[in-house]
Amino acid sequence: MVQTAVIGDERAGVEPEHHEPKSFLTKYIWSQDHKVIAIQYTVTAITVGLIALVMSWMMRMQIGFPYSLGFIDQDRYYQFVTMHGMIMVIYLLTALFLGGFGNYLIPLMVGARDMVFPYVNMLSYWTYLLSVLVLVASFFVPGGPTGAGWTLYPPQAILPGTPGREWGIIMMLVSLVIFVAAFTMGGLNYVTTVLQARTRGMTMMRLPLTVWGIFVSTILGLLAFPALFVSGVMLLLDRVLLTSFFMPSIVSMGEPLGYRGGSPLLFQHLFWFFGHPEVYIVALPAFGIVSDLISTHARKNIFGYRMMVWAILAIGVLSFVVWAHHMYVSGMNPYFGFFFATTTLIIAVPTAIKVYNWVLTLWRGNIHLTVPMLFSLAFIITFVAGGMSGLFLGNVVVDVPLSDTYFVVAHFHMVMGVAPILVVFGGIYHWYPKVTGRLLSDAMGKFHFWVTFLGTFAIFFPMHYLGFVGMPRRYYDFSGINFIPDSAHTLNAFITIAALVVGAAQGVFLFNLVWSAFRGRLAGGNPWRATTLEWQTPETPPGYGNWGPRLPIVHRWAYDFSVPGADEDFLPQNHPPSRETAETAHGRPIAKGTMA
Amino acid sequence: MAVAIVLAALVVGSILFSLLSPWWFTPLASNWGAIDTTLVITFVITGVVFSAVVLFMAYAVFRYRHREGIAASYEPESKRLEMWLTGVTSVGIAAMLAPGLIVWDDYIRVPTGASVVEVVGQQWNWTFRLPGNDGVLGTVDTRRISAENPFGLNPDDPKGKDDLLVNSNELRLPVGRPVKMVLRSVDVLHDFYVPNIRAKMDLVPGMVSYFWFTPERTGTYEILCAELCGVGHSMMRGSVIVVEDEDYQPWLREQPTFAQSPAGTGAGKAMDFAGDLGTGAGRSGAERHGH
Repeated sequence: MVQTAVIGDERAGVEPEHHEPKSFLTKYIWSQDHKVIAIQYTVTAITVGLIALVMSWMMRMQIGFPYSLGFIDQDRYYQFVTMHGMIMVIYLLTALFLGGFGNYLIPLMVGARDMVFPYVNMLSYWTYLLSVLVLVASFFVPGGPTGAGWTLYPPQAILPGTPGREWGIIMMLVSLVIFVAAFTMGGLNYVTTVLQARTRGMTMMRLPLTVWGIFVSTILGLLAFPALFVSGVMLLLDRVLLTSFFMPSIVSMGEPLGYRGGSPLLFQHLFWFFGHPEVYIVALPAFGIVSDLISTHARKNIFGYRMMVWAILAIGVLSFVVWAHHMYVSGMNPYFGFFFATTTLIIAVPTAIKVYNWVLTLWRGNIHLTVPMLFSLAFIITFVAGGMSGLFLGNVVVDVPLSDTYFVVAHFHMVMGVAPILVVFGGIYHWYPKVTGRLLSDAMGKFHFWVTFLGTFAIFFPMHYLGFVGMPRRYYDFSGINFIPDSAHTLNAFITIAALVVGAAQGVFLFNLVWSAFRGRLAGGNPWRATTLEWQTPETPPGYGNWGPRLPIVHRWAYDFSVPGADEDFLPQNHPPSRETAETAHGRPIAKGTMA
Repeated sequence: MAVAIVLAALVVGSILFSLLSPWWFTPLASNWGAIDTTLVITFVITGVVFSAVVLFMAYAVFRYRHREGIAASYEPESKRLEMWLTGVTSVGIAAMLAPGLIVWDDYIRVPTGASVVEVVGQQWNWTFRLPGNDGVLGTVDTRRISAENPFGLNPDDPKGKDDLLVNSNELRLPVGRPVKMVLRSVDVLHDFYVPNIRAKMDLVPGMVSYFWFTPERTGTYEILCAELCGVGHSMMRGSVIVVEDEDYQPWLREQPTFAQSPAGTGAGKAMDFAGDLGTGAGRSGAERHGH
């Protein structure tokens, strides 16, 4: 094995020696390199996401064209609903944003050679893979996977009458518990790396917003996932050892059960104490990434950087005191409604500030309508639409007629399903050239963009109106309900067709990913002329240790685009100061030396 | 240019869709018009904000599209603009929240003199219990439930003797009289949902929840379950029939009392049922919630 001693920067002195792995197995499989782990996370998440996509087709077929597919019986329908939701929220979005984007970007963006704990980082991926395998295995156990809905509410989740109550629910809970362990290993790494491994000059207020979003999101995860962990363990005990944490006295299908004294509401509180921050665990990385995409492709600094950072922090803190807005009609003490409606609507203020600052970044910009920019614009529109419907559901009394209807389905798909996924796409089109050295095909990208953006809008915008009609969600069969007009069933058929089209268009994206890796246009090191450090690596794709012999030194914030007096329309963060281009922090020039 | 047009068209299309949509609320049949009003206020405010943001974007994308020789301006922040936007947003939020909280206060405060109806949910049907002449529901316990005693009433509780048992998924209510619905489940979560009434609430095993409304239009209204309760969830249906008082009284007289049912005579089982749930007006859900 060849040793490559890496020479440190002048502050750190000589760094410990890094041993670059040479065998295929240690380089690509049991890899401790954050870039390889990021790709492993991304590929796994997208693969499992495709399963969830196909399941959404199945349930849409039953809703739009009831009984046209004979194998979708009631059990399978609810199993599809449940697994689609759980996979998309946890195993795709959470894993992709933090394990994928977080792993790839944090060390590169803060100017580190790797995560602080590379071995734990590797364990994090393999533990995540184990959780995915347990999840997938639940499709093959007797009775199939659980059909309790992704919220897994007891008592229903563990009682007869719900598919998968024999084995599926056990596999699901075990998989979640393993996932939380995997997340914790990764999460501790991300937080420690941001706090401890920033290169010289990279102050917190010079971090790109992508890192801020992922950083705060990870902290939320580390605080919220334990609630899911304990509720999962307690529900397992209720199921397997017949404890009564969540189970009161029950007569199930005419049979009295041995449970006594437990509280189903306790589970809901624990679940949403995790579940609401989870929305922001997915949203905050998207907020951060989209900020950087908009700024780069509009050639203009992000507007109001400091306000953006404070908004991320405010949203992070507030996200822990809004959870019971999922429970307005759960039967909890109704006086909670006053508190949670107020906190929920307050959280709209920092969120709105972020939206304003994105569109104000476009204002007086030099907007290049690249594919990443198109996805960013689509994100803003979808996120605003979903955010607006959130103001209905957050305002306790308005939630009453709309809760558990298709309005809710439309709302959360727009705000935490489609909107973050649009950012995922934008981010992949943006960073793919750094990962592979080649650009993704622009023509395929634009086709993929238009079908996905307009298609998802056509699916979820009209769906709000089905909620106004009063159509309840999680229904296998709407026949015989008189207040639902025939036109609503026609609309459902249209939505199903749109869903099939949007899903099929993802095939173009996948083809593009593979095709461009071999045939794509060579990108060079910095095709978007971006400022952040990952575009300033000596090699593309970045080599082992990222930076060659010397770590970069940071002199400015991440948004020195179109600086008056500069030769180029961007100044990389490691661009040394000159008379025209002073050092900057949050956009303001500073006297040299004060930021060290 | 094309992108700006598509964005603007999206706004115009969304507005037209909202105006022309045949998909809107079922006709209101209860006193909860205030919920509809609050919703419409929210709808208008959010519609204006959505349109304004997207149209602003469309204009920016058109006006500041990339052209040779044009550079973006450099403007890191503007405290004044940011404060101004924060202020306006806060006012808009308050304009939606304040009426919402006022109506919520009505929603959770049951008027004195409201009659009581108990809704019992189980996989996958609805049954109902009325308090009878004394106006008080007798105590119940899930563990007393049997074929003879499907409601789980306590035979030793005199207040339960005259309770009327509606062992059917059809409930009649007199028009114009406020009613407090007290809700319980014997197995899993359910949700009593009548779209025309607007109000809804979960049924939770092990506890009693409630909501109230005044039926204001006669007619037959569908009851659905709105909380996933297993594979039969979408088939858990029923109906509320709102009638004039002269049609209500005869129906009321047809319903059997607990005393007339097989389990209604004799003593209770020799078990410790100290935990019997009171769901009557005396120990109501509202009282448990601090009224």
